[in-house]
Amino acid sequence: MKKITKSLSYRNLVKRPARSIALMLLAAFLSFSVFGGTIIVGSLRSGLSSLQDRLGADIMVVPYEAATKSDLENIVLQGNTGYFYMDSSYLKKLAAMEGIGQISAQFYLASASSGCCSIPVQIIGFDPETDFTISPWIKKSYNRPLQDMEIVVGNSLNAFVGDTLTFYGTDVHVAAKLDRTGTSLDTAVYTNENTIKTLIQASLDKKLNNFGDINPDKVISCVLINVAEGYTIEDVLNDINLHVRKVEAVQTKNMISGISGSLKGISDVIGILTAAIWILSLVIMIIAFRMSVNERKKEFAVLRVIGASGKKLFHIVLTEGILVSLSGSLIGIVVGALVILPFGNFIEAQLGLPFLLPGGLKVAGLACISLVASVTAGSFTGALASYKISRMDTGLILREGN
Amino acid sequence: MVLKAEGVSKQFLRETKGTNIFMAVKETDFELPEGMLTVLTGRSGSGKSTFLNILSGLLEPTAGKVLIGDKELYQLDDTERSRLRNRLFGFIPQGQSAIHSLNVLENVLLPLTLYGEGEADQEYAYELLELMGIAELAGSMPSELSGGELRRMAIARALVGKPEVVFADEPTGDLDDENTEIVLKLLKQTAERGTAVLLVTHENDALAYADAIYRMSGGVLEKV
Ligand SMILES: Nc1ncnc2c1ncn2[C@@H]1O[C@H](COP(=O)(O)OP(=O)(O)OP(=O)(O)O)[C@@H](O)[C@H]1O
Ligand SMILES: [Mg+2]
Repeated sequence: MKKITKSLSYRNLVKRPARSIALMLLAAFLSFSVFGGTIIVGSLRSGLSSLQDRLGADIMVVPYEAATKSDLENIVLQGNTGYFYMDSSYLKKLAAMEGIGQISAQFYLASASSGCCSIPVQIIGFDPETDFTISPWIKKSYNRPLQDMEIVVGNSLNAFVGDTLTFYGTDVHVAAKLDRTGTSLDTAVYTNENTIKTLIQASLDKKLNNFGDINPDKVISCVLINVAEGYTIEDVLNDINLHVRKVEAVQTKNMISGISGSLKGISDVIGILTAAIWILSLVIMIIAFRMSVNERKKEFAVLRVIGASGKKLFHIVLTEGILVSLSGSLIGIVVGALVILPFGNFIEAQLGLPFLLPGGLKVAGLACISLVASVTAGSFTGALASYKISRMDTGLILREGN
Repeated sequence: MVLKAEGVSKQFLRETKGTNIFMAVKETDFELPEGMLTVLTGRSGSGKSTFLNILSGLLEPTAGKVLIGDKELYQLDDTERSRLRNRLFGFIPQGQSAIHSLNVLENVLLPLTLYGEGEADQEYAYELLELMGIAELAGSMPSELSGGELRRMAIARALVGKPEVVFADEPTGDLDDENTEIVLKLLKQTAERGTAVLLVTHENDALAYADAIYRMSGGVLEKV
């Protein structure tokens, strides 16, 4: 016959379902909070770094009004639609300045609603010759140069390779769909310079563009700059702001510093919450285990009488702790996965921050770490109670029982 | 196997108005012969349970030693002593002693399954349950049993490992006359089969079954 001690632990738990379930729930809180917390913080981190990558430039030069009216942040960080233009001569002017490494212009247009999307989407045009921010990203999912009237769609848009979309009565073809970035860039559409100029013209023809008197061939929306080696971003930035009028140079790092700030705030809150949940759960678990063991003192004394050693009692109670915290922790992780993984978009919308879930392997790794941490902690509360019971004086307890 | 106590005593610290030492069992020599039912009586608080616990390896005496065969009980470490108790001793505790998460049969088999070596003798366990008149309750949970039935279950559990020594601390304390008689007869039979049995009791009924009688008063043991 097999040793009964393991099944005894199990049977003890089954015998007192309410307490066992309560203990399991506490263990579930432990693993849920660590797992959920690390996933959320991790997602925010990778969202931020992916935004950083995508912005990919040291300096962004935009029309003065765009910077002051916060159109820029709305479009780039919040994923709202919008557009602003300045004369294309600025590009040449800027390119001629000192300390400029890479430089490329971009073009913005907001679509009227179209087939793919119930809401207007942001269309961003880039110059394939000089672009250094969007092309590397597109290359990951599409390995040829974009032809005229071809577009690449952000990951969140409901459009697929091979689809034809119509913007301002003009048909464009979806050539590729981008990888998810977890940022506002996922809801935009990307085209080359020629295509967006055609689209801007179409919008003007339909009188759907607020800029009534522009010539699409003579405007750009913004200029992206990487400073050359040997120059500091600040120097180039100040130089532009001092010497080029009617535009504003913005350091991209400063644009996202607001985001990093909120991210730090949220990480701190999550950290404090997790710590609070842990302290509370562990204290309650310690008390609950101790009560459960005290209540069964007589039973443990009987086991001693039958010939169980102190060690054996320790094992029985410890096994209870392990069983409870293992099952509870697993539940916590499953629930955590079900709650957080499918709702990345919702969380992103709620927090208003870029949110990019880590890959499957990383999630699995976090799940394992959370599981180990919470099982260890949960078992420890069992161990505390079992230590006490294994050291008790049998003779005394037998007397107490009467 | 003979159980012997040499010069055992037990003192407790009692915290009544300052600390003073209380001698629950005064220095005692004792021998529990096999094949006999030895009865230990005495007033409440005279030290009977304390003495029984010392003999059965549950309570370390302040002084003296307890010998089983050639082994000195309190020289062994806890694990060794526990396993020795498991193998050689059967103990019927005072009061209720069921493990509530196990059914009656599992409770009875527990001494055999605890360390899980060899085959637990289910047949013998059934035989004992039958002998105790609770065979039909084998699959029931302890909470469904009466006090007397639980006590008989505890006796079956104490006997299932065919122990060399059986200790019983007031096994008939809360039983009616009929059950008391059943229990006493069983202990007597056990002794007749060669086991050393030590029975602590208040009941005068028990004296009729005794092969030897001791009385404890104020921690002093004397043979009657
Ligand atoms: N752990 C202890 N601490 C202090 N005093 C104790 C302790 N254990 C027993 N005593 C005292 O030792 C004396 C003997 O106790 P014991 O339990 O052996 O009595 P008993 O003869 O079995 O009584 P009863 O017939 O009521 O069971 C009592 O006066 C009791 O108060
Ligand atoms: Mg007593």
